[in-house]
Amino acid sequence: MEQFLASLAFIVLYGGTYGAVLFIISVGLVMTMGLMRVPNLAHGAFAALGGYLTILLMNQAGMHYFVAVPAAVILVAALGALAERAIYVRLYNIPELDQILLTVGIAFIFVGGLALTFGPNVFTIRLPEVLSGSVDLFGRSFPVYRVFLLAVGALIILGFWLVFDRTTLGAKLRAAVDNRSMAQATGINVERIVMLAFAAGTGLAALGGAIGAGLFPLEPLYPIKYLTIILIIVALSGFGNIKSSIVVAMVVGIADTAARYYLPELGGFAIYALVIAAVAMRPAGMFARQG
Amino acid sequence: MKITVSSTGLSALDRPRMPMIALVVFALALAVFFVFPDRLSLAAYIGIFALFALSLDLALGMAGIVTLGHAAFFGVGAYTAGWLALAGWQEPITGVVISGLCAAALAGALGPFILRLTGLPLVMVTLAVGVFLFEAANKLTWLTGGDDGLYGMTFSPVLGIFEWSIYGTTDYLYVLAWLALAFYGCHRLTTSNFGLALRGVRENRLRMSLLGSSVLAQLTLAYALSAFIAGVAGALLAQTSEFVGLEVLSVEKSIDVLVILVLGGVGHLYGALLGAPVYLLIKDMSKEWNPHAWMIIIGFMLVFVMLVARGGIHGVLHKVIERSRGKLPNGEPR
Repeated sequence: MEQFLASLAFIVLYGGTYGAVLFIISVGLVMTMGLMRVPNLAHGAFAALGGYLTILLMNQAGMHYFVAVPAAVILVAALGALAERAIYVRLYNIPELDQILLTVGIAFIFVGGLALTFGPNVFTIRLPEVLSGSVDLFGRSFPVYRVFLLAVGALIILGFWLVFDRTTLGAKLRAAVDNRSMAQATGINVERIVMLAFAAGTGLAALGGAIGAGLFPLEPLYPIKYLTIILIIVALSGFGNIKSSIVVAMVVGIADTAARYYLPELGGFAIYALVIAAVAMRPAGMFARQG
Repeated sequence: MKITVSSTGLSALDRPRMPMIALVVFALALAVFFVFPDRLSLAAYIGIFALFALSLDLALGMAGIVTLGHAAFFGVGAYTAGWLALAGWQEPITGVVISGLCAAALAGALGPFILRLTGLPLVMVTLAVGVFLFEAANKLTWLTGGDDGLYGMTFSPVLGIFEWSIYGTTDYLYVLAWLALAFYGCHRLTTSNFGLALRGVRENRLRMSLLGSSVLAQLTLAYALSAFIAGVAGALLAQTSEFVGLEVLSVEKSIDVLVILVLGGVGHLYGALLGAPVYLLIKDMSKEWNPHAWMIIIGFMLVFVMLVARGGIHGVLHKVIERSRGKLPNGEPR
């Protein structure tokens, strides 16, 4: 019994941290997919950029981890706002195939650029001492790093809740997701909302890429390699449904970890069978209102 | 009257003649055999991907099925050919046909479920199917060899005459023959009534079903035909390399083939013949210098094609040729 509890705690913590990082990286795409209906296949590239920028700021500018990460996030968010105005704004009313190809092109440019700048090898981010120890929880010792990831995830969720449910900006954003032209008609500046959401989404992806580097190692192919899992979270969440993306990311993270723990021979592949069934049955997302 | 079509620039009622450009490409491909006798393995590889891209053109260009999971059929074809050879069935041509049929059967089974979807959900489900097969192949090591892949297979000579050689001479001509055959088949298909009906579905699904067309059945048939050719391409890869690795099922392969087709030009069949050499030669040339740097070139080409040169290499060539003949006034787009 005690052993079962310990393994359960292991799965919840490891799966939970996996889910938290998945959520932080994917939520931006969930938002922008809801607002703009653009399958931004270059989303993972912004996450990779966040991680690589962190390394650059730490090694070249000598910044501390806790300074470098926010700085990288702000830089990537600014770049995201710029990219939205310069490139993505052209993609809103073209066929899906064209959107996919253009964003794949952008992702390819990122991969090539990262490979040229940083070389083809895997990079690791040196964690500060505070995060490199371990703590005892439920009779097992866990890396502080994992607890840190969970805490950041919880903070982001709290932040989303505050912004969405407690501010007019959040109300406007929800309105724009639900019915873009109606929101526009009531005088909401949807274009500005879209830009802000895109910047926030890319910034969060960068945060996920930076702090999640221990789970998703940084390499030039990062934008392509983790695209699938990001898209799965988005597809299951339904476009623009942030609350369900929290649940989905956590469930996917924990289910995946549990499957790997209890059924190692099945591993990560059980989850994809569920995904196919889920998306085929409810193409609008798991928690979409059926209409 | 011309009816211009949004995504590919093909006029819906314009039935293509056997294109000159295809004959030129095949003549060039034959010339490669004599000019670059030491690069024939790479040339065979390019031919295989041209065939794979051709299969995608059937699904995407003709029927409008937007998919990010076409490697599923390529991979099933490759593994089937590998298993057949390892089980003792070493005759290559029947091996290719059986592999193609297996891929087609998978598409035929999936089609009625997933082709109901359109747009983003379809993209997501095709992607998920692809990832599912990849993960399954990764886990079923007793069947697929897992990370190590399938190896140690041998094939009997083509038609019982042409021995496989390490220089890839047989490989190249064998692949080229399959490519020419598939191209001719696809060409006949596009000019048939079925091909025209598919274009109708692509342009307006609702209108076609209101006209009494059984849209889902037609789409499934197109998907299965496309999968057959993709399976053939996969089987050819297994036979020419005598190896099947996990990457034949990967999402990267699905993206690769999509990019190849778009660079070449979607919806004209010969876009596949043009895109594959360009894409794979760029990849091959820069590979030794930096394993991923070539993607920056392809990325910029892709963005350029989508924003400026709609219709890909084929579109640009077409415009140049038509303009030189004075058919296309300068002001008219495409």
